[in-house]
Amino acid sequence: MEFNSNKSIYLQICDVICENILNGSLAPDARIPSVREYGAEIGVNPNTVMRAYEKLTNEGIIYNRRGIGYFINPQAKQIVLKSRRKEFLENELPEIIRRMKLLGIDPSELDIR
Amino acid sequence: MITIKDLGFSYGERNVLKNINMTLEEGRIYGLLGENGVGKTTLLTLLCGLKKPQEGSVDADGHTPFKRETELLSSQYYLSDDVATVNMKAIDYAADYGRFWEGFSMEKFVSAMKDLETDPQLKMNKMSYGQLKKTYISFALACNAKFLYMDEPTNGLDIPSKAQFRKAVTKYTREDSIIVISTHQVRDLENIIDPIIILDRQDVLLNATIEEISKKLHFDYTNNRRPDSLYSEMIPGGSIQVSLNTDEQDSKVNIEALFNTVHLHKELIKGIFSK
Repeated sequence: MEFNSNKSIYLQICDVICENILNGSLAPDARIPSVREYGAEIGVNPNTVMRAYEKLTNEGIIYNRRGIGYFINPQAKQIVLKSRRKEFLENELPEIIRRMKLLGIDPSELDIR
Repeated sequence: MITIKDLGFSYGERNVLKNINMTLEEGRIYGLLGENGVGKTTLLTLLCGLKKPQEGSVDADGHTPFKRETELLSSQYYLSDDVATVNMKAIDYAADYGRFWEGFSMEKFVSAMKDLETDPQLKMNKMSYGQLKKTYISFALACNAKFLYMDEPTNGLDIPSKAQFRKAVTKYTREDSIIVISTHQVRDLENIIDPIIILDRQDVLLNATIEEISKKLHFDYTNNRRPDSLYSEMIPGGSIQVSLNTDEQDSKVNIEALFNTVHLHKELIKGIFSK
């Protein structure tokens, strides 16, 4: 995994899992790798992965079956969609609008299909 | 758990470590950082019992490392920076010496060698420095040691092996192990070492997890000048600025910038991290 952005690694791990929930590659009740498996796979400290899993658990996106592993909550997609839309409207869109103003791009020039 | 109490060590007149107090917990991969000559290697050799503390004590799960009791020796491994060449095939070396470690696994050794792309059938005295280092790293990981100390393990490794090393450290070690890795190559080990220990001349400047560090310090990568920054450094595309994290913002800890910040503001940093 490439870490480029300046977000902390545990949040970037959350982002990747949420992205995979949205695009359907992680289906409801699918098992995700254990903390150590995932850490070994991406070369990240297991405690960092644990922190990401704890955050996702608290948000109801994944759930833990003790001794078996972590799974995608059946409601995960709705939860992720809701928070990602909010994130887009509150943070990403204003940035895009700011860039458009800076570059002098009128909304009518956008070719949205 | 490892408990270090009032530890002191000097080479003749030269005081290296003084009044070192630290506890090291299970399930963590400590990154031991410090400038040249501050005593990183000395500390590691004191932890594994190769040296005897002149002041204070080291306790590893109730054992005094310098007593070198079999029970402790068979569950700890120290990988030194310079590794010895041996007139033996790597696989034979592993079979012969592996038996001294209680949890040694030949399967793990062979698998780690494969991950690091080194042929275990090679004779160790015919290997390049990098191949030899990778053989010892594989051996260290295969020991399944509770206490694993590695001195500059990524020195001499080629680029693909550095990524493999980061993965292997998690893949092959046990969940309750205490791993201490000393390094100057923080970029090689970024994302894998956590907590970070910064050793200074006769002092420990920092011993904190990445989570604690990101709660107390903010790493800004934008182009906006921050007048309150403790440290700033130009990088391609902008700058890294480190400041006190006053409004609980989340940011990615950059270990090099952290190291430089800690060195510029020793007392301030010690103050905000002391509980």
